[in-house]
Amino acid sequence: MTTTSTYGSIAVKLMVLLIAAALLFAPFLFQDVRSVEVAARICIFIVLVASYDLLIGYTGIVSFAHTMFFGFGAYGAAILLKQMGPGWGPVVLGGLAGIALSLVIAVAIGLLSLRVKAIFFAMITLAAASVALVLASQLSHLTGGEDGITYSAPDLFKPATKLLVDADGKVMKIAGVRMNGKIAAYYFVFASSAVLFALMLRLVGSPLGTVLKAIRENEARAEAIGYRVVAYRTFVFCISAVVASLAGTIYAVWLKYTGPETALSFDIMIDILLMVVIGGMGTMWGPVIGATLLVIAQYYLRDLMGVAAEAVSSVPVLPELLNPDRWLFWLGILFILLVYFFPKGIAGTAMEKGVRQ
Amino acid sequence: MIGLIGKLGGVNLLPVAVMLVGLVLIGAPSSWVTLTVAGLAMGMMVFLMASGLSLVFGLMDVLNFGHSAFVSFGAFVAASVLAGLSGWLSAPSVLLNVAALALALIAALAFGLAAGLFFERVIIKPVYKDHLRQILITMGALIVSEQIILALWGGTPITVHRPAFLEGAWIIGDVSIEIYRGFAFALGLIVFAALYVMLNRTRLGLLIRAGVENREMVEALGFRIDRLFVGVFMLGSALAALGGAMWAGYQTLITPALGGEMMIVVFIVVIIGGLGSIEGTLLGALMVGLISNYVGFLAPKLALASNMILMMAILMWRPSGLRPAVK
Repeated sequence: MTTTSTYGSIAVKLMVLLIAAALLFAPFLFQDVRSVEVAARICIFIVLVASYDLLIGYTGIVSFAHTMFFGFGAYGAAILLKQMGPGWGPVVLGGLAGIALSLVIAVAIGLLSLRVKAIFFAMITLAAASVALVLASQLSHLTGGEDGITYSAPDLFKPATKLLVDADGKVMKIAGVRMNGKIAAYYFVFASSAVLFALMLRLVGSPLGTVLKAIRENEARAEAIGYRVVAYRTFVFCISAVVASLAGTIYAVWLKYTGPETALSFDIMIDILLMVVIGGMGTMWGPVIGATLLVIAQYYLRDLMGVAAEAVSSVPVLPELLNPDRWLFWLGILFILLVYFFPKGIAGTAMEKGVRQ
Repeated sequence: MIGLIGKLGGVNLLPVAVMLVGLVLIGAPSSWVTLTVAGLAMGMMVFLMASGLSLVFGLMDVLNFGHSAFVSFGAFVAASVLAGLSGWLSAPSVLLNVAALALALIAALAFGLAAGLFFERVIIKPVYKDHLRQILITMGALIVSEQIILALWGGTPITVHRPAFLEGAWIIGDVSIEIYRGFAFALGLIVFAALYVMLNRTRLGLLIRAGVENREMVEALGFRIDRLFVGVFMLGSALAALGGAMWAGYQTLITPALGGEMMIVVFIVVIIGGLGSIEGTLLGALMVGLISNYVGFLAPKLALASNMILMMAILMWRPSGLRPAVK
């Protein structure tokens, strides 16, 4: 299957480019706090979902432990930032600690369960993730329990930091945006996400990526040709765990808060699943589209649903279902329909359209 | 030595071994008995929830991640019926008490059967033989069902009324045994016996087991195995709903998160037991029930991790579980 020569794939790439441009200039385009918050979340989720896509889309195995690795990275940085105070040392050390822990656990889970069946792997990762969640809420002296940890980011990212000063020694404004630490923090998130995403794109395009696709299409044949499927799957599982952990570290630095709700909860796992399926499994562009759509929906769809619930308040059950808290209900239905009718998601389906002869 | 253990029952002795280790570690016999009864009761309820999942997997090669939705629905349906019949529950007549309880359990079972039929036909049938999409679809169905429960019953915990004759405890010497636990254990045992007889002594069970072993051959002999599948799926869902209903009475305070919490335990149980076998599921459920009660007493913080450690240990020893179905 060639994906380079269809009109659809050009459209998808244009859309991705548009999203990238919007994210690059987000602080200038949308000058309110909430929008920048949304943009940063999109950046991080693109990386997180793309790393998950490496696993589900390129090797065809389903893991429910992806948030666990995300959480390791986040908690690693958070705990050290809390204990050692703000600075780059704790971020780097915490990130490395998160990666190390993720690697150890990914290797253990992979070797233990990838041999058997894909379905075993799904169940074991689900169990491991739930244990991690319980541990995080019980080891409260370290992780802050249910309340999580609040801490300060490195000095560069403090809102009071002046990046550029004008002649009067005040914070310089470019296009109406103050060049303070908040901007630095956003571009830190953007740049590191972009680097991670580019690395994954490179990985997928490399010979390794081709082997992975071969495993996904026909495991037995790949094995017969001489590729060790278990080794490759474990390797990809580790790579995706490391990337997820790094994304967690970046998110922890950006949010200045880490708790079970933001870094470990099963809701995030469901978000990731929705994003990767809606965007499209098996291409790196799918996660970009899926993550963008879903994060925007998360922030703005609820407002819309609140309005809709008001409008139908006289009908018996409908307002209850249109309640802003019930938005997952609709996404769940959308998710099922997508898996039935468009298993390749938005990107995959679009890319098949308009094949040139 | 190994031969002797094998003759006595092999892996079937593991729960007994766990009990003995528990007795040594806990020391006091009276608290040991209480914990053991609690563990066995919990094990039986988990068995009810897990048996359907395991059977469905063994027969159809379908792993239903939405299985816990049946558990939650069963719990909430039973709780609603019991709440509706609270007049009967507080009546002095034991007969009315029993009738209310029976109605609640039957409502859960009936709901499980109906929901199972719907689930199999609408959700799972289109994605047979495609594990990736199966996992995704059933996960989606789980999300939707959880939201429906939230919409219907709200997010606040609901109190479950127990029938009066199951309240209280039997006291034998210095050992007290909650009556409800005894009831749960007995019910689980009856269901296990019925399933065992059904699978091993009837023609229907013969067909099911034959289908597990070689689907094509059974079809070639002229049996409609897809109808059998629907039946097994409905039975599995009904058992999960029954397990949920029993669990609701055991907990007496239920939240919509119940299904998700039990799901992890159920998964661990079927992995330990070996997917597809009823005996394995019972073994796994009893061990998980016992160990979580013992560990909950000895080192409360380790309760959930203990299940995980147990699973890891058993998987390293026997990668496909204690008593996997023949494949």
